[in-house]
Parts: sequence; structure tokens; C-alpha cells
Amino acid sequence: MNNAGTVFTNVSLANGQITNIAVVGECISSVGDDYDKALKIIDCTGLVALSGFVDLHTHLREPGFEQSETILTGSKAAAMGGFTCVHPMANTNPVADNSAVVEQVHALGVAAGFVQVQPIGAVTANLEGKNLADLGKMNASAAHVTVFSDDGKCVSDSLVMRRALEYVKAFDGVIAQHAQDPLLTVNAQMNEGALSLKLGLTGWPAVAEEAIIARDVLLAQEVGSRLHVCHVSTKGSVEVIRWAKSRGINVTAEVTPHHLILTEDLVESYNPIYKVNPPLRSQEDVLALRQAVADGTIDIVATDHAPHTADSKDCEWGEAAFGMIGLETAAALVKTTLIDTGLIDWVRFEQLLSHNPAAISRLTNQGQALATGSFANIVFFDPTTSVKVDGTTQSKSLNNPYIGMTLSGSVRHTLYRGVLTVKDSMIQEIGNHNGN
Amino acid sequence: MRHLLSASDLSIESTLEILNLSLEMQDVNSRDVKKLPALNGRSVANLFFEDSTRTRFSFEIAAKRLSADVVNFTAKGSSVSKGESLKDTVLTLEAMGIEALVVRHHHSGAANTIANAAWSKAVVINAGDGTHQHPTQALTDALTIRQHLKGNKDLGDLRGVRILIVGDILHSRVARSNIDLLRTLGAHVSLAGPATLLPKTGEVLADAIYHNLDDALAMGFDVVMMLRMQMERMNSVFVPNANEYSALWGLSNQRFQSLKSSTLVMHPGPMNRGLEISSEAADSKQSVIVDQVRNGVAVRMAVLFKLLAQESSDK
Repeated sequence: MNNAGTVFTNVSLANGQITNIAVVGECISSVGDDYDKALKIIDCTGLVALSGFVDLHTHLREPGFEQSETILTGSKAAAMGGFTCVHPMANTNPVADNSAVVEQVHALGVAAGFVQVQPIGAVTANLEGKNLADLGKMNASAAHVTVFSDDGKCVSDSLVMRRALEYVKAFDGVIAQHAQDPLLTVNAQMNEGALSLKLGLTGWPAVAEEAIIARDVLLAQEVGSRLHVCHVSTKGSVEVIRWAKSRGINVTAEVTPHHLILTEDLVESYNPIYKVNPPLRSQEDVLALRQAVADGTIDIVATDHAPHTADSKDCEWGEAAFGMIGLETAAALVKTTLIDTGLIDWVRFEQLLSHNPAAISRLTNQGQALATGSFANIVFFDPTTSVKVDGTTQSKSLNNPYIGMTLSGSVRHTLYRGVLTVKDSMIQEIGNHNGN
Repeated sequence: MRHLLSASDLSIESTLEILNLSLEMQDVNSRDVKKLPALNGRSVANLFFEDSTRTRFSFEIAAKRLSADVVNFTAKGSSVSKGESLKDTVLTLEAMGIEALVVRHHHSGAANTIANAAWSKAVVINAGDGTHQHPTQALTDALTIRQHLKGNKDLGDLRGVRILIVGDILHSRVARSNIDLLRTLGAHVSLAGPATLLPKTGEVLADAIYHNLDDALAMGFDVVMMLRMQMERMNSVFVPNANEYSALWGLSNQRFQSLKSSTLVMHPGPMNRGLEISSEAADSKQSVIVDQVRNGVAVRMAVLFKLLAQESSDK
């Protein structure tokens, strides 16, 4: 980056306005025609400029599982996907259930430098669902944790869930629930239905997700706290959340890109690339989820980027790990499934991927409007491209279910606090990471 | 057809071809010298990750009668128990020159995994995968039904035959394979079982489903196939207890007596006598349970012959 700054010219904002965005240092110095003519110019004709994306659901695997991902490799994958902030989940080893681990994760994110790494803390000690983790200390730590989740495991004990919701009120925290009744999903492998019966794979009933969401929204209402529902996957869940919102309950919900496009029939191949938690559902569920994003029932899209080594996917379905990577393809999938289908516009797109997740996490330095004085966290998205996914990735893992599919739109440049982390769809060497 | 993974992969033509080839194999099995040179010099491995005696013996005898070299690999006592992956096990066997893998596995889809993997070139025969498929059992049952209902020389399909399968449909690979294959052959297949073991989605698999055995039996079937009831299902709350299951879903002597004298009684084995089937029914003249086992050898000879001698030589 030119020290004097850069102006990104002829960009289209989410509302369709064509303008120029000048960036000096970490911040936006001006929006409009009135910029310093000495600035370096990057012509962005045809590109849409959006507030940098914020992922509320990421697995960076460090510490403990560095063979699948590190904070550095995951940060690069995030930047390639247009993200300027990610929220790594707590299911690391050791678990992020105390201030030491979240501060370490946060510090490694700063050292990597590609995105803001804003850790999620565990709800319960060691993700065991019994005793609360150090919620207050994690919030007070240098990592400033506000989002807590036992993701991968459900806080299934009603009393523990109630206490967690009550406890985090003191610092405006939020519990992000992985809604899965463990007793209804013992050894569950795929969506329960005619196909699971045919394939002989233990079914994962929709009610296992919906019953937990129904309980949790009532608990959130009871104690007057904030609930966030992770990766909603069924039509019934959408109906429960819609009902809760209509009652004024303080609940937000997310959907993953894969649940907006992939369906359970892919499981027929027994290819574990399609094994994911929550499982791929029916086309009817996919359409209900898209509709829920359009009507505001679902607030955000989050990736649930879940890297796994090749070995843990090159085996029997029953032995394989759950999860798929998704940081680099997320924005194109949202464009393909929601904008190209006419369900949403760019304003809503920017809310889903930036403003809303930042607001849920109570971040003030992310998800800002592209205005003078805001941090220069900006993605320049090319809506005209048509890209065949070939599996090239900055992630350490290759469990990408979209290889061979053609997606619409691509990230051209990503700017994180004034630094171009991605330019012309290429990751940049930004030189301030510590070489790990 | 390169592999045999699922009964649903078999067209009516290939099914009839295998059944009719099985009749020729039965001729061989009735001779004093029960041996053909067809697979001389070929190597087959029985790769069993789950206990089985009858299916493994049946495949082993079948391969030996075709003069193939057979090795048996069982997970117990092998390095799988020390954590070797399926991939490494298969790579090891294929490096030793194994051309065909007869696979029994506790995970549904395990045979598909090997057949679809870039790391395996072997012909794969599914000998039972989890709660998914057991296609050679279905071929065996179809042959048994045809011989008993239509005579030894019949070479046709099973159009018009009415079959009832009773019991734990949810966990039965035998049921799934039979539903697919018997319907391909034109038979009318109905299912009966408690709703916990026969979910409503079973409607898409079969022609009719029943949640009361006496109502089902009153419909007058040509074949009643009883499935094995696993004791562990009681512990995972699918049914209350063995006593209730037997009372509601067992082919008791009384229920057996109510059948037409022409109705065949079948069971894939091993049987829980007194639980899902009474000894009177199992040992009756209408029972073809022993024939199912006998036909199993001929059918597996036919499958090995078709996949290793015929299909391979086509290439």
C-alpha cells in the first residue's frame, strides 16, 4: 500500500450509488468525488464495495489441531473470502474455556494480521455441558469475548443453559447455541427420512434441532437474555424462530452457505465430503431457509468453516469427520443462492455478511458503514464473474464440497484496516506475521 | 456391472442372469466332484470387519468350488483393531495380488467406499454393510422363492408373488436388499413391524406397510419372511421387551397355523427360536430356511463367476 493512501474509484455501494472511496492509513478518509488527487488510484469500475465480511462461526483449529488449520492459514482463507473478521470456535485443544487460551488465539490473530480474530469462548468448562466456563474472565481479558458457544456440542442441560443465559447478561454477552438434542441423535449420520432409511444411515431428526431451539427461546425470554442460534438447518426451526421474534424474544439466527444450496441426496454417494453437522437436509428445507433469510427471520450467514485432514474424509462414512470448509466460497454462494434468485439485494447481502454479525458480537470496529472515519475494512466484490470452483485454497484442508460447481461472483480485493490482504483475487504478503 | 454393492443396482436382466446361472451352479453342487476350473489362479479375499460365520463360509465355499484362491481377513486379530484404516487394509491386500474383495462391514456404505476409492482397483462384492444392503442374501431368497413357488426349471420373474417381511425393518440390510430385488422381479412386497422399527417413510420403499401382524397375515401372503430381532434393540427403547415383541410380532405356532398351507416361511438366519419364530414354524414343511442356506452357495458362485470370469473378460 502506498503510504500516502489509495483511492478506489468508480465503485458501486450496496445501495447502487457509484462513488470513490479514499483510504489513508487504517481509515476511510473520504467517500465521494472530493479526494486527494495525489493518492494512488485503483480503478474499481463494476465492483461492489461492501463493509468487510464478519464470520461469526469459524473453526481455525489452533491450538491443538494444526494439521488441519492454523490461525495464519485460516486467516488467509478468510481474507480471500472477503472477511475482515472471524470468530474462531472454542473446540480447540486445550478448549477455549479460559482467558489464557482466548488471549493466545487473539494474539496469534494479530500476529497473522490478515483479519481480526475475535475468539468465541466455551459456555461450559471443557465443553462438558456441566459447569460454566470462565465467562466473565474471558470477557474481561484482552480478547474481549462476548460470544460464547459449545459448538459441536449442544448445551443440552436446561438448567446450565438457563444459568449461562442469565450470567452473560452482566456484560451483554450472547450464547450461541449448537441446537442438537444429544439423546435424539445418538450416532446420527444424516437427515432422517426416506433416504436415511434407504441408505441404512442413522437418522438425524429435524425435531432434535427444533425442540432445543423452542426450549432456548423460551429460556431467553424467561431470563431476558440474548440467544443466537447457530447453523439453522430445518424449515421447522425457521418457524420456531419466526414465532419467537414475533413475541419480541431477543434471538438471532444464522444459516451456513452449504445449507442454502446442498441437499441430502448428495449423501447417496457415501462420500464423506458431504458429512456435516447439522446434516444436509431436503430441498424443502433449503427453500425455507432462503426465504427466512429474505424475510429477516435469519439474521446472518456464517460459514462454519470446518477444516479436516484428507485422512479423516478418505474413509467409511461412519468413521469420517463432520464438516466442510467454506470461507473462500461463502460470498459467491450467497450471491448465487439469494441475489441471483432475486430474494435479496446488496443492502441485505451486506447486512447478512457484515453489519449483523458485527452487531451480534457487539463489535464497533467491524461492520461499519463505508463512511469517512470508519476503519477501512472493505471488500470489493465482482458480481459479473462466473467461477468454476477448482479446490485451490489458502486453507490447509481440502474438504471442499463445491469443487466442480460454478458459482457467481468473486472477491477481487479485500482491505483490512487499510491493508490490502487480497488484491486481484490473490493473497498478499503483508509481512507482519511471525512466520508460523 | 463391475461390483455388486446393492440389490438396487441390479436390473431385471442381470438379476435373472444371476439367478439362472445359480441353477447351473446348483447342478455342479449336486455332483460328486463339486468343482469348476473357472476361477483357477484368481485370488479372492473375504474381508470381514464384522462377525459372521454362515456368510463367510458360504462365500469361501463358493470361491473354492470355482477354484479361486481364497484368503480370509477378519478384523478381530488383524491390525484393524490396532487402528489400521480401511484404506491401508485394502492397499495391503491388493498389493498381495487380491483381485476381488468380499466385504462385510459394520458401517453402511463401506463397500461403496472401497468401490469408489481411487486407491482400490479390486472387484467389490458387498457381503453386508451396516444396516444398508446384503445383495447376495436377496438373490438367495429370490432363487428360493422362485424354486418353491414356480418349480426348479422356471427361468422367469416373480410377477404376482405377494411377500410379507416382518420385524426390524429399520436395522435390516436383508429387508432392504429383498425389498429392492423382489420388487425389481415384479413381486408385491409388504412390510410389518412396530412403528419404531418400521418408520412411516417405509411407505416409499414398499407396496404396503402394517403395524399389526395379525392384520397383515390376514391378507394371505405367498411368502412370510421373518427377520432376526436383535436383543440390543430392547435396551435402546425400540420395543418394550422380548416377551412383548414375541407376543405381538413373533410367528407363533398359532399364527403359523393360520397361514395358507402354500405360504412359504423364510428367515435369513441366525434365528432366535421362540422370539421371532416358533420351532413349529421354523421346522415345518412350509419352512424353506435350510434351502436359503443351500442356495446361498450357488448364488455366490454365480456372482463370483459373473464378476470375475465374465465381466473381467469383457474388458
